[in-house]
Amino acid sequence: MSTVVGEMDHNDHHHHAPPGITRWLFTTNHKDIGTLYLWFSFIMFLVGGSMAMVIRAELFQPGLQLVEPHFFNQMTTVHGLIMVFGAVMPAFTGLANWMIPMMIGAPDMALPRMNNWSFWILPFAFAILLASLFMEGGGPAFGWTFYAPLSTTYSSDSTALFVFSVHIMGISSIMGAINVIVTIMNMRAPGMTYMKMPLFCWSWFITAFLLIAVMPVLAGAVTMVLTDKYFGTSFFDAAGGGDPVLFQHIFWFFGHPEVYIMILPAFGVVSAIIPAFARKPLFGYASMVYATAAIAGLSFLVWAHHMFTTGMPVFAELFFMYCTMLISVPTGVKVFNWVATMWRGSMTFETPMLFALAFVILFTIGGFSGLMLAITPVDFQYHDTYFVVAHFHYVLVTGAIFSIMAAAYYWLPKWTGHMYDEKLGKLHFWASLISVNVLFFPMHFAGLAGMPRRIPDYSLAFADINQIVSIGGFAFGLSQLIFLWVVIKCIKGGEKAPAKPWDGADGLEWEVPSPAPYHTFDTPPDVYDVPPEAK
Amino acid sequence: MSQHPTQPDNSRIVRRLLLTVVGMFAFGFALVPLYNVFCDITGFNGRFNDGQAAANTKAVDTSRTVNVQFITRVNKGMPWGFEPEVRSVRVHPGETKVVNFLARNPTGKNMVAQAIPSVAPGEASLYLNKVECFCFNQQPLAAGSDTAMPMQFYLDPDIPEHIHTVTLSYTMYDMTEKATPDALAALAQPVN
Repeated sequence: MSTVVGEMDHNDHHHHAPPGITRWLFTTNHKDIGTLYLWFSFIMFLVGGSMAMVIRAELFQPGLQLVEPHFFNQMTTVHGLIMVFGAVMPAFTGLANWMIPMMIGAPDMALPRMNNWSFWILPFAFAILLASLFMEGGGPAFGWTFYAPLSTTYSSDSTALFVFSVHIMGISSIMGAINVIVTIMNMRAPGMTYMKMPLFCWSWFITAFLLIAVMPVLAGAVTMVLTDKYFGTSFFDAAGGGDPVLFQHIFWFFGHPEVYIMILPAFGVVSAIIPAFARKPLFGYASMVYATAAIAGLSFLVWAHHMFTTGMPVFAELFFMYCTMLISVPTGVKVFNWVATMWRGSMTFETPMLFALAFVILFTIGGFSGLMLAITPVDFQYHDTYFVVAHFHYVLVTGAIFSIMAAAYYWLPKWTGHMYDEKLGKLHFWASLISVNVLFFPMHFAGLAGMPRRIPDYSLAFADINQIVSIGGFAFGLSQLIFLWVVIKCIKGGEKAPAKPWDGADGLEWEVPSPAPYHTFDTPPDVYDVPPEAK
Repeated sequence: MSQHPTQPDNSRIVRRLLLTVVGMFAFGFALVPLYNVFCDITGFNGRFNDGQAAANTKAVDTSRTVNVQFITRVNKGMPWGFEPEVRSVRVHPGETKVVNFLARNPTGKNMVAQAIPSVAPGEASLYLNKVECFCFNQQPLAAGSDTAMPMQFYLDPDIPEHIHTVTLSYTMYDMTEKATPDALAALAQPVN
């Protein structure tokens, strides 16, 4: 497939993409690697999604119908791991690879060979993780949070495979993050000052620092689980002087910044799309940058709000409660700025804009339920119920995933050179929007009524609500196949896309032809007069 | 071909970032001792300043009474019997009390065990002082024998007013594999 050769670009007189499979195996081209990341994450999205379908099928009725409880636990665990590390994070890394060099006027990522490595170790990580499901005793069944002693004393023999796969995922993320930081620090075109960078670059720059700071802590946590289980150490075993609660502290010291790793790039995507379709520059560019940095900083001070029920002193509970609530201030700044950008704009509602708007509204709902969970006394009621499940699916599915969908529709013309089918795109949007709310909104009520998460069976009282949720789940799952159809159709053909298909869009990526030539900005552009969103 | 105006010094940034990665990996492990220190200082998580407290020289505050409860359990797979002689005692802050805990080794082999304490509420652990406790040491017990193990404690009179009940919980762990020389020596002596 050599569709990525530009027709009139001044750069395309050298380096066409080499043919065949080796193009993808040995590629150091940021666009190829971005494409690999995006396809990989979409495949993982379908794999993790089919596990969610197993979960929802089992929960369609009370009682045990389809799967054994132990297998159900493996499904909840691996669904979480795949969606977090296999779908959301690689999708954002893919977007970063494709877009950051083009947005800052760089010819490629700063460390292209490492870029190749950071992608190509990922399929091995997930092959190991998925293979562990077929081992004797089953795969990981302790929840994606792998609390000790569930992951040490009571876990299956395949836990070592889980540990190694998380190690590989971590190494991949760290390499990707280093690449983003070095690229942004060293490869910006002349005149592209930090405060002229598009917000997508800013949010990824900050995300990359979060990754560097916390992925090694996750690696440490899984290593301790490994040595506790197989080598007789007692980090988390009270019998040897350790403490299982310590596991939760270490895990959530990683885990809370991790949730911002999955949402900050989404903020960047939405900050690119809303101005384009409101035809106004982004409101409050500088405050967006500072708010993103503030959220990242605060994310290190709130981890124990996941642990209110472990018996912390009141002082610690208050500290973590107030710090958590403080995060809603910079987040509120962002939501305000998006709304202010739309205020009196000439808005149109193409598919990327629809997903971005749904993001703003539904992510805010997820943010509000997060605020409720932050209140220590009521968290004792909500803890480990479906209310928590509803909360984090609102911020991750209608937040992170919707922003990835928005980004895909927004940049598909640039990637493929064709316009996607707007009718199908809108169908995908409305089908997703309705089904996702049927899927996740009733979970709030199930949780408030006391339905615990991660349990394959439930009280008869929750039967109706779970049936509705499951139907929403199946519909949402099927809706994503429309997306696959749209993307394939768009790659194969469609209306020819101009260099800048969205008249309100701004940024260097729209100054190269569509599809973007294999090599862009070999000669750095002069951007002294193009402050993308800071005009 | 690529003529970037400033020759970027990538390797310096990469070195620093890799150093940060290594540092954060080490920090993850450093959290283990940090956590223990933090818990000792604050009483977080019901952990003690594990050591032996100085003998009681505090004045007894007879105006208050605190209910001290005892909970015992054995770790999963640990065959010993282990229970307190009394389930709870009422003490005045500053008053010294001795409570015996009974342990029995019903198995046919000599074993060594250790009890790990935890106090609820965690805040109270800073004020519960143990002058003498079986939990300071490993407990050897010959096959089929039993023993009464004393625990002498007092509550610091500074214990906050709002604490009316303190729960002291012990979990008994099998330490036969990791027995200290002292414990093994005690086992080697004849039972009488």
